[in-house]
Amino acid sequence: MNRFEYIRPASVAEAVAAASEPGATYLGAGTNLLDLMKGGITKPTRLVDTTHLPGLDRIERLEGGAVRIGALVRNTDLAYDQEFSKTFPSVAEAVLAGASAQLRNAATTAGNLMQRTRCAYFYDPASACNKREPGAGCDALHGANRTSAVVGWSEHCVATHPSDLCVPLVALDAVVEIDGKAGRREVPLEAFHRLPGDEPQRETVLEPGDLIVAVRLPVEAAAFAARSRYVKIRERTSYAFALVSVAAALHLEGDRVAEARVALGGVALKPWRAREAEAILDGAAPDEASYRKAADAALAAAKPSGDNAFKIELARRLIVRALTLAAAGTPERVPALPASVFQAAQGSAIHA
Amino acid sequence: MSFPIALTINGQRRAINLDDPRVTLLDLLRERLHLTGSKKGCDRGQCGACTVLVNGRRINSCLALAVSLDGAEVLTIEGLAENGTLHPLQAAFIEHDGFQCGFCTPGQIMSAVGLIHEGDAGDDPERIREAMSGNLCRCGAYRGITEAVIEAQKNMPSRMNGGAA
Repeated sequence: MNRFEYIRPASVAEAVAAASEPGATYLGAGTNLLDLMKGGITKPTRLVDTTHLPGLDRIERLEGGAVRIGALVRNTDLAYDQEFSKTFPSVAEAVLAGASAQLRNAATTAGNLMQRTRCAYFYDPASACNKREPGAGCDALHGANRTSAVVGWSEHCVATHPSDLCVPLVALDAVVEIDGKAGRREVPLEAFHRLPGDEPQRETVLEPGDLIVAVRLPVEAAAFAARSRYVKIRERTSYAFALVSVAAALHLEGDRVAEARVALGGVALKPWRAREAEAILDGAAPDEASYRKAADAALAAAKPSGDNAFKIELARRLIVRALTLAAAGTPERVPALPASVFQAAQGSAIHA
Repeated sequence: MSFPIALTINGQRRAINLDDPRVTLLDLLRERLHLTGSKKGCDRGQCGACTVLVNGRRINSCLALAVSLDGAEVLTIEGLAENGTLHPLQAAFIEHDGFQCGFCTPGQIMSAVGLIHEGDAGDDPERIREAMSGNLCRCGAYRGITEAVIEAQKNMPSRMNGGAA
């Protein structure tokens, strides 16, 4: 790990000033940043510690019904907040489907948005990676790339964004509140992460010094509480990043879908909102035929970036599964294996 | 430049002068305070051998900068037994063969203390296995570990459920 200057600001204004310097980066829990620094993947010269900043660790219900998640709210505290998880069950399920209990106890909400890709070539300093070293090339493009992106990728980068939390958040129209040199501004989460294009090193819309202070869910997001699921396919049952994941939320009126939300994880360098799928579902019957049409629409523009064509069909099938589960109703309690596609028969073990 | 911090470790308040902000909580415990019970396996948050409780919650001490934890309460495996009597989880790990080589055991036990404190898994083996998935055991003692957690939970008074630090 390189040497760095450690700064512990007392206020957001101090933090923004300290982090505006070249080479500076914010420190949250550090669960991703320290890992990257130990591997020599990132070498910040200054860490600005946000974890002692006052007032950023609360979940607040705002006037009008929107809910504001402070940037420093730990993953565990979000998932186990009873009112929050009842109102936004797919968010709670996504959080509990990610990482391990130890990591969730430390990791912050803002840190989850800011986590870097888990592309193995990004993590390997001996490989070419345009994200790590702009212009170096992308070894993943012709490498072991079965987990790479199938939508929104470019020849410069085929990495995916690893977040679970961001997937239901983007489906529910979350907004990111940012403080920076020019004051406070808001960005829809859907527009927060950049697709790689020819500048894969630019991952978000944040400018130097910009600090995420909160993520807000609008009041409309609560309308899906009764039929919301997050489903995640991974290469082992627990403690693994998504190969493909889907957040699905339905608002039914009579025998029709009044409104649907669908987003995918593990398929692109950002949490992927599938608005084409939602358009097909609006007003449709909540049945498998509609879900299949929606899934086809969601992946219509997908193309393999390597040896990963299977992920396209996997994503389609997972959309159908997630919508089917959402329509059946949010379970009373997050399942023993959160977001798993496996359903345990009563009393039997899945990963014994 | 030095970084003065205060930590309460296993009930004892310590004033610590860090000479380098890069020191993780794990390295502080092992290399500087000679509390070598917490183990360094992967040092990257993947194996769970370094698990300790910080402010009553289990975390990977290898991925936490000590300087950032200024003011925190830390409980390590060394602080678990009371007056020479094993903590119920330690006793249950022995009773149920919850280990073989023992390297992952301090992390497993601290993780289990945190799990029971969280109170979400209950006695459902599936939920316990899921909640312990951040702790790897290369000897494959998982079955005994799950049994030990269920057993210990029955024997633990609430004051021992992780809030001790």
